[in-house]
Amino acid sequence: MTKIHHDVDTALSSVKNGHTLMVGGFGLIGAPLTLIDGLTKKDVSGLTVISNNLGEPGKGLGTLLSQKKIKKAIGSYFTSNREVGDAYQRGEIELELLPQGTLSESMRAGGAGIGGYYTKTGVGTDLAKGKEEREINGQTYLFEPAIRADVALIKAWKADTLGNLIYYKTARNFNPLMATAADIVIVEVEEIVEPGELSPEEIVTPHLFVDGIFLARKRLTKEGVIDHE
Amino acid sequence: MSDKNQLQELIAKRAAQELTGSCVVNLGIGIPTLVAKFIEDPTVYFHTENGLLGVADVEEDQIDPNLVNAGKMPVGETVGASFFNSAESFAMIRGGHVDVAILGVLQVDQTGQIANWAVPGKNIMGVGGAMDLLVGAKKVIVTTTHTSKDGKSKLLKKCTFPITSTRSVDMIITELAVFEITDNQLRLIELMPDVTIEEVREKTEADFIE
Repeated sequence: MTKIHHDVDTALSSVKNGHTLMVGGFGLIGAPLTLIDGLTKKDVSGLTVISNNLGEPGKGLGTLLSQKKIKKAIGSYFTSNREVGDAYQRGEIELELLPQGTLSESMRAGGAGIGGYYTKTGVGTDLAKGKEEREINGQTYLFEPAIRADVALIKAWKADTLGNLIYYKTARNFNPLMATAADIVIVEVEEIVEPGELSPEEIVTPHLFVDGIFLARKRLTKEGVIDHE
Repeated sequence: MSDKNQLQELIAKRAAQELTGSCVVNLGIGIPTLVAKFIEDPTVYFHTENGLLGVADVEEDQIDPNLVNAGKMPVGETVGASFFNSAESFAMIRGGHVDVAILGVLQVDQTGQIANWAVPGKNIMGVGGAMDLLVGAKKVIVTTTHTSKDGKSKLLKKCTFPITSTRSVDMIITELAVFEITDNQLRLIELMPDVTIEEVREKTEADFIE
């Protein structure tokens, strides 16, 4: 059965009310902009979104925030969208802030079947509140649980029709990790090629992690986000 | 160039002198980013936590919107550069593989603890990689203006903003002086050009060894 979706509604059919979503990207860089745009047109609410940021005002995940579809956000740097602070003040959104290394490592653990791990990051800071501490070899560590999602919406550069993925420059960021840590993984790509066109050595995400492939209709350019056919 | 830019460049240029020989360096946002322009040694490799080892300058006509640093500013890539995912990038940081981190601060205290991610009374909206760099980088250098906009010392007896880590930084470079931190104590090791010790004493709240 083909993994390729030709329209955005079908690609997003597994996203349901109250779901936890992982959404790739470092701001708009490496974010699945067409799938996010599809979510703005989908009747869905009460989402928990795990992503480094919530886009920018009115852009990327910022659009879902404006529509009040996000109940809770887990990320490391919401500062990039001032509307997140405003929504938080109004009590419209719950936020969980994690150090960026913890956010990414918790995804890695979630994808690898690991329940959690101990890290020195955050010890003695406000972000350690309520977290278990443990001495290991004379140093203090914090316990961090793994994180997983119902659906991951990610961005890659090229997919073959099996779902093997390669990424483009710093648009890689959280995407390969999210590909491992969700029950359903949908990838938006710039190009779909035949198996064999990507060399086995260059493949970053092997196809077993990928459930659906969707060709991007939006692209991040120097001039901003543009539509293309 | 404005006075503020001149001060920032002065601080960045001094910080650049600390980067000699083969080393992997992570630069924070602000003054730290300026450090790269004073480095000519090709064996100083710049790491950015969004997933690139081998950060280079980029010409305006070469800008690629999908090639940025952790401040989301366009960058280039060196020959021999590599891209990697965020967990691998932070394994480099947390695993002690990054030699030097150069960071900006809101406050630094006389034990070398810093505050650079949150301000009391405001929503806490972002931490990014600050806490990871503090626990993981082998050497941490702070570059900061000596005083805040309202003229108050940024070198305090104790941080009043939430700290970033219990780990003390190794060096502080301002437009007035350079301090080293050993045994949780500040030691003045250098005055910047045309600065007197009296001026440093007057503008520094933190205790330091002269």
